Amino acid sequence: MGLTQVSYVPESQESWVATKLDFLVNWGRANSLWPMPFGTACCAIEFMATAASRFDLARFGMERMSFSPRQADVLICAGRVPFKLAPVIRRIWQQMPQPKWCISMGACASSGGMFDNYAVVQGIDTIIPVDVYVPGCPPRPEGLLYGIRMLQQKVMRERMSDTSIRNEMEPDPSSRLYIPAPTIDELSEPFGNSVQQTRSTV
Amino acid sequence: MADTRTLEVELSTTGLDAQGRPQRSPLTVASYPALEPDFADEHMLINIGPQHPATHGVLRLVLELDGETVVRCIPHIGYLHCGFEKIGEYRQYNQIIPWTDREDYLNSIGNNIAFALGAERLFGIEITERCTVLRVIAGELSRIISHLVWLGTTCIDIGAFTPFLWAFQERERVYDLLERWVGARLTTSATRVGGMAADIPDGWTAALDGFIKTFPQTIEQVDRMLTKNGIWVGRTVGLGVMSAEEATNYGLSGPMLRASGVAYDVRKDFPYLGYETYDFDVPVGTHGDVYDRYLVRMEELRQSVRILEQALARLPGGPVNVDDARVILPPKSKATSEMESMIHHFKQVMEGPRPPIGEAYVVVESPKGEKGYYMVSDGTSKPVRWRIRPPSFVNLAAIPKMVEGHLLSDVIAINASIDIVMGEIDR
Amino acid sequence: MSDAAIVYPGVAAPAGTPVTPHNIPHRGGPENPSASALAGQFKDAIKRVDVVWGETTVVIDPARLLDIVKWLHDDPSQRYDFLCDVTAVEFRDADIPLEVVWHLRSLPYRRFLRLKAELPKGAPLEVDSVWSIYKAADWLERECFDMFGIKFRGHPDLRRILMWEQYQEGYPLRKDFPLRGRFSRAEQLRQALAQNPEARYSMDELSIVEAFEDLPADMRQRLGRGEKTGE
Repeated sequence: MGLTQVSYVPESQESWVATKLDFLVNWGRANSLWPMPFGTACCAIEFMATAASRFDLARFGMERMSFSPRQADVLICAGRVPFKLAPVIRRIWQQMPQPKWCISMGACASSGGMFDNYAVVQGIDTIIPVDVYVPGCPPRPEGLLYGIRMLQQKVMRERMSDTSIRNEMEPDPSSRLYIPAPTIDELSEPFGNSVQQTRSTV
Repeated sequence: MADTRTLEVELSTTGLDAQGRPQRSPLTVASYPALEPDFADEHMLINIGPQHPATHGVLRLVLELDGETVVRCIPHIGYLHCGFEKIGEYRQYNQIIPWTDREDYLNSIGNNIAFALGAERLFGIEITERCTVLRVIAGELSRIISHLVWLGTTCIDIGAFTPFLWAFQERERVYDLLERWVGARLTTSATRVGGMAADIPDGWTAALDGFIKTFPQTIEQVDRMLTKNGIWVGRTVGLGVMSAEEATNYGLSGPMLRASGVAYDVRKDFPYLGYETYDFDVPVGTHGDVYDRYLVRMEELRQSVRILEQALARLPGGPVNVDDARVILPPKSKATSEMESMIHHFKQVMEGPRPPIGEAYVVVESPKGEKGYYMVSDGTSKPVRWRIRPPSFVNLAAIPKMVEGHLLSDVIAINASIDIVMGEIDR
Repeated sequence: MSDAAIVYPGVAAPAGTPVTPHNIPHRGGPENPSASALAGQFKDAIKRVDVVWGETTVVIDPARLLDIVKWLHDDPSQRYDFLCDVTAVEFRDADIPLEVVWHLRSLPYRRFLRLKAELPKGAPLEVDSVWSIYKAADWLERECFDMFGIKFRGHPDLRRILMWEQYQEGYPLRKDFPLRGRFSRAEQLRQALAQNPEARYSMDELSIVEAFEDLPADMRQRLGRGEKTGE
């Protein structure tokens, strides 16, 4: 991974108009993030509970679920992603227009979770770039809301003069991986208890 | 049929080109010059899913349409296959319990119960009275919350949004109960081999009683809204009909089978947990269409409340866990002071309890149908084979039969009526 | 408009009403009467009858499977009309043959029977399909094929169902298949991303679709070479 060319004006030298414009655009974006719920498993149920009356995503401007990626801002990957689903989530991410963000909800989307086996992608960050990880199995609705707040704060910190944040990460055409293979292997390595659990008998 | 042709028509973009930019392709027949542009007999291919709001998970349906009418339906599953059965061979019996939560995640505690019953059969353990009644309570609560999800999502699919909010509000109340009991809302892991993870806390029965008293009002509210509603009836009557013989031959179970007229309920026919001592009815439909399945599930909600009342009335005192040192961890005070208890604790945690060589297929009535766990033991602490017999898997296999001849929007209604959980189907 | 009929089981439970089983012995105990009926009907095809934890298992000769299952389905004294499950078991000891297991249920007589057929591992793993008798076997046998590599003769459409059709690593539930798969994670991801998620048809689906003949010739050729459709 080479160094990314970053070009933006240092914050102290930004003009008053630019900062106010940044604030306005970011405020508009952060408070009306239309989620694209890529819900696969149990986390999707907690996502639905977050959208329902008790925890209510509507107060964050997110009640308009966009199931078409073309109209969505944030892809919330709620649930485990097996390898068969990997090209689908990649395709959906590529179909979303910029500006877009990604929340990886739950342990399985963030790291493969308890599914350290042949079938499950060990974290969707090996396929698409993720902005916020929400841990939990499944995360409580309050947890998801905390993750959404973090994303909103991240959006508020963005600056229009920083052109690198809207770069689309292109996968390598031959291997279709967007990060190098050794990095993927390293990210997917078992850790903790999982290291010992390849014996099928005692 | 001789002069019909199937023409692929792109309804969305054609995808991305080699640089990852969207390709533009006009929606005309000009790209297939070999075919004559005669649209009258051509069928269209539509892909629904795997990412779709109305497929109840990552299900992919490829439909061949003649106008709006479905000619063929090819379902594709496996988009949520996560190797449950493989990993069951690498985990001790108590370690598999959290896995049973994630598999049918709408009926988590029901799955926990089913697995614990299967493991107890393999070990030859009889659980205590209190545990039996607590499991019945947990199982029926699980049935209620699963049917509420079915209700909410089916209503959204057919177009009624409000019952979804009512259903999920009731689910929150059951979540509160479950959280007070086992600490988790959705993925409960509430049972252990030989007992439960924890006994119910003080005041829990009063809270459950409060729920039982007020929940039927919500059922009535939804009933008033939908059952005689012209739109609902028009959208659901006569769809996806399966006759009784077909339903049995296709292996359908649960409300799908009962709506078609076959009165098979595992709780009545192969009872477990003492269900034969409870007074409840099993609703059976006549036409086997989507409307009957709706009526059957609504009635099952009422019957579940009835069972809960009886179970709550007869909840006995006594221990929750069986007094078997092979499977139940000794209390910490003993494990740190007595040698024998310490050894039991050590063996159970490090090695896991080991059942004798054998096999067992234990079946429960999950909200989706006949849920079976087939476990084969070779005497070690990890099963040789852990097979999940998923009711939704077998129920969904009948969808090509059910949607043929119906309209595209009916496919969504029929799919919703099967009440599938992809976690269970794909495992 | 229809009303769901509510079945009332009656106030006093009649004799023979099923009860929750208690004190089930590990081995032995009452046998399913179908086992002895089977032994009477198909003398040489029945190898063994076991009763383990209250469930009767009949080990049969795989060559006679269709006859046995058809008899169990059609005979009026047996009427096993419900196929619960078709699955397979491979033991950790490599010498024990692979077992294919059928779980049958008779709804009228309230009976449960397990049939097993042993397939030695040296020979190709093949057994007859019961799809012609139970439509429920359709996806159950496809899954068994996907996970174990057992071919079901006579199945109309035997292809992978849970893994994608070009899955290279093998049959996941075999004991020689490691838990995390055979390839590295990056390689697994690479192969997974090489699928085309918008492929309308796979080759097997197309060959059973009548419209195959009408496709343009070059598309038929491309499909024949295993290329993906749609783009």
